[in-house]
Amino acid sequence: MRPFTYHRPPDLRTAVAAVSQDPDAAYLAGGTNLVDLMKRGVLAPSVVVDLSGIGDESVDRCGDGGLRVGAGMRNSDLAAHPDVRRDYPVLARALLAGASEQLRNVATVGGNLVQRTRCVYFQDTAMPCNKRRPGSGCAALGGHHRDLAILGGSAACVATHPSDMAVALVMLDARVRLQGAARARVLPVAELHRLPGVSPQHETVLEHGELITSVELPPPSGLPSLYRKVRDRASFAFALVSVAAEMQVVDGHVRRVRLAFGGVAPKPWRARTAEALLVGVRADEGSFGRAVDAELAVASPLPGNEHKITLLRNVTLRSLLELAARS
Amino acid sequence: MTPRVAGPRVDGWDKVTGAARYAADHSFDGPVHCWPVSSTIAKGRVVSIDTSAALAVPGVVAVLWHANAPRLHTPTADPMSAVLVKPAELAVLQSDGVAYHGQLVAAVLADSLEAARHAAGLLVVEYEQLPHDAELRPGARLRVAPPSPGLDPPEQTIGNPAAALAGAEVTIDARYTTPAEHHNPIEPHATVAAWQDGGVVLYDANQGAHLIQGVIAGMFDLPRDRVRVVSAHVGGGFGAKGPQAVAVLAVMATRMLGRPVKVTLSRQQMFALVGYRSPTVQRVRLGADRAGRLAAVIHEVVAQTSAIHDFCEPAAVLTRTMYAAPHRHTTHRLARLDVPTPFMLRAPGAAPGMFALESAVDELAVVCGLDPVELRIRNEPAADPDTGLPYSSRNLVRCLREGARAFGWRPPPRRDGHRLVGSGVAASAHPSHTFPSTAQLRLHPDGRCTVALGATDIGNGARTVLTAITAEAMAMPPERIDVLIGDSSLPLAAPAGASAGTASWGSAIVDAARRLRAQLTELGDRPLPPDGLTALGQTLGDLAGTPTGAQTAKYAFGAQFAEVCVDIDSGEVRVTRLLGVFAAGKILSPHTARSQLLGGMTMGLSMALHEESVLDSRFGDFVNGDLAGYHIATCADVPDIEVGWIDETDDQVNALGAKGIGELGIVGTAAAIANAVHHATGIRVRDLPIHPHRILEGRP
Repeated sequence: MRPFTYHRPPDLRTAVAAVSQDPDAAYLAGGTNLVDLMKRGVLAPSVVVDLSGIGDESVDRCGDGGLRVGAGMRNSDLAAHPDVRRDYPVLARALLAGASEQLRNVATVGGNLVQRTRCVYFQDTAMPCNKRRPGSGCAALGGHHRDLAILGGSAACVATHPSDMAVALVMLDARVRLQGAARARVLPVAELHRLPGVSPQHETVLEHGELITSVELPPPSGLPSLYRKVRDRASFAFALVSVAAEMQVVDGHVRRVRLAFGGVAPKPWRARTAEALLVGVRADEGSFGRAVDAELAVASPLPGNEHKITLLRNVTLRSLLELAARS
Repeated sequence: MTPRVAGPRVDGWDKVTGAARYAADHSFDGPVHCWPVSSTIAKGRVVSIDTSAALAVPGVVAVLWHANAPRLHTPTADPMSAVLVKPAELAVLQSDGVAYHGQLVAAVLADSLEAARHAAGLLVVEYEQLPHDAELRPGARLRVAPPSPGLDPPEQTIGNPAAALAGAEVTIDARYTTPAEHHNPIEPHATVAAWQDGGVVLYDANQGAHLIQGVIAGMFDLPRDRVRVVSAHVGGGFGAKGPQAVAVLAVMATRMLGRPVKVTLSRQQMFALVGYRSPTVQRVRLGADRAGRLAAVIHEVVAQTSAIHDFCEPAAVLTRTMYAAPHRHTTHRLARLDVPTPFMLRAPGAAPGMFALESAVDELAVVCGLDPVELRIRNEPAADPDTGLPYSSRNLVRCLREGARAFGWRPPPRRDGHRLVGSGVAASAHPSHTFPSTAQLRLHPDGRCTVALGATDIGNGARTVLTAITAEAMAMPPERIDVLIGDSSLPLAAPAGASAGTASWGSAIVDAARRLRAQLTELGDRPLPPDGLTALGQTLGDLAGTPTGAQTAKYAFGAQFAEVCVDIDSGEVRVTRLLGVFAAGKILSPHTARSQLLGGMTMGLSMALHEESVLDSRFGDFVNGDLAGYHIATCADVPDIEVGWIDETDDQVNALGAKGIGELGIVGTAAAIANAVHHATGIRVRDLPIHPHRILEGRP
């Protein structure tokens, strides 16, 4: 680990100023990802700015009936929050499907959104990786990629975004509030992450120093929802695929639906193609299958993860059928 | 015989309060921290290392590499422990050669761990890289594994198996594979070493203090009594904590610097440096009549080893003793590759080999239309098919029957919504070894009794069971027994391994108790002398034959029953019931015995569903080298496991009448689960682990 300077600023404004003015500085929130990567030399900031104690850990009702969640809130606290459990159960379920109890107790909402891929080649500095060392090549394409992307990847990178929480947030049309040195702005979570293209080192649209200060959830839809995660073991594993969905069926036809996938793309994947095809159709297996197939038409699996197509199709179909039955 | 209950673990309090000190918990004043540096190529040599930037880091004391490392002697070992010593692995920094990705090429020594690790990243290692081959290809020309001292022969043929197979009414011919697996003890390998008074003291994480003592003494040309190895508590071994390069490195550094040295491997480094189970490719052919009676058993194993040490995963060895069949052939072929050196891991050979054999037996039962329990009973041998010797005791059939009764064998497969439920069975077995050991008992005037020997508790309850054995042998309450272990200055004892620790150490204790009781008888009514009475006991182990002098085949057996639930959409397999019934001689400590068998079955479940080390042959490196990438069963994966045993009296196996159970529970679990998956779904998974995609790909 490279020696670094540790700062504990008195407030977020000072923190943002400190990181913004130093291209080599990094924020430290829960530390569950950054510290591991620093130990292995994947990340080597010269300055670490600790947000603990100054992050926003509050949850407030918004005027429109939505919910504003401070980015410093711990994952476990958010999952247990009564408003979240009542109004956004899909978010609580996604949070509880992630990591382990111990990690959820320290991981923050903001940190969860910007955590790095768990692609094994990214995490080993002896390996080629375009995300870690642009231009060095992607070792995953011809190597171990069973759990990597089938959607949205490129010839430069097929890493997946590992978060469960983010999949639920993207499905819920949540927004992030950002604070930079010069300006504040609000973005849909769905627009926070970028696809790799030729520059996989750029994972989000955040400018250097820009800090996620809160997440804003729109008013609850009240629709039946679910989060289904498939993984290699029953707990403490990243998703092979996951599905966040909500749906309303009226008179046997889909009236409203929102659908997002995790574990299959470099970003939480909002399945807008499928959504568009689903609205208005009969709520049955045939039309659900056609919609999912249309979404997966752009999939480009690798030899070692072709099964994810079947897996995602099966799990999405069953999720939609379950929601139809509950609607 | 009713076993004496030792109650809870005697060291339980120390462990949960943190009072138990593991190797890296120890410190000397002013230690130097050592960060080992691993090769990033799979084959070639180190041309040079530019150490200038590393040495410029404040706190860095030295950088060791082959150009400046002190020369070492070749380790020597007695025949019993020779199989545990890998000379080329221990010759750390002795040459410029690189034989695998992750091999040690340098070590940075610094006043702080952080400085050492940072400086390690600044070393500029210039390699001459050679083309490597790290891919296990069964089709390639492979040599028969060379015989290893202390291990079973690699090849064996009895009768005419090819002809018997050709003439059989029913045949099975199937290929099974198991992946590389890593030990992953939660305590990483660690050594704290201090050179003092012309000798060295090591606090070291290992499975046998005397074994390490002998290796270090030999390599540094010291008399054994100038090397003291202390291993009071060890956080798991699983076969990985024999003599390792990390201990040699620590001694080398402390001798050179004259300061204490502390070294701990990182989890990632452990994936290359401390061994793993070789992947196996196994072909099993069975020939039988329609009634399921076996005529031929052929089990051919392909495994890999490194370029610098031959270790062959002995996966077909147990097949030699499992079932009666007049015609038999077993063979092990070895691919020597540019990969890390594989080694013994959790029931070496037995665990992967019995996955293949016990899956094939299940396939035979399906073809014959027989219940798999009944098929096994029909093939029960009267004597050991391998040697022709009688068994000291063999109660596989009783385990199968008792297990079937307790499990409710066998409910028909059923569908529960999107889940398919089925059940499977497999046999367990493990050889029952006893190795040479000594033990000293001292009866004190205050009525306490101390038992002292160089045994090791690698986390499975040795202290507790040795307390129970001593208490019973001395007819004293366990509360008055004190156990001293984990130190090479104590009487010579066998390492904790091959499920032989308790049998070996306990046999020596029983002998010491016999001698002590004789002294007591001689003493009569007189009081104990002020120093108490002392007796040294010993066992020669298997070298001495059985207690009655008769030659017997010595194995423990068991039967495992699994119920699984398979999600037909996702391919997820969950084990919903697991029940094992075992026959292992006298159960000395029910509390720790249950715990060991349950732990073994959990490891078997983990092997069936989760564990897989992925080697990227382009780099020769295990790429999923941490506990996020290498999955071990979590609590959520493990059902409420039922463990039982039958009463088995065996006065032939050793002086205790007890068989080792450390690994027995691991053997057969994976096959029971795979067989249950077949029962539930009709899908025969012959490649471990049973990940979701194997189910999805097997679906019609």
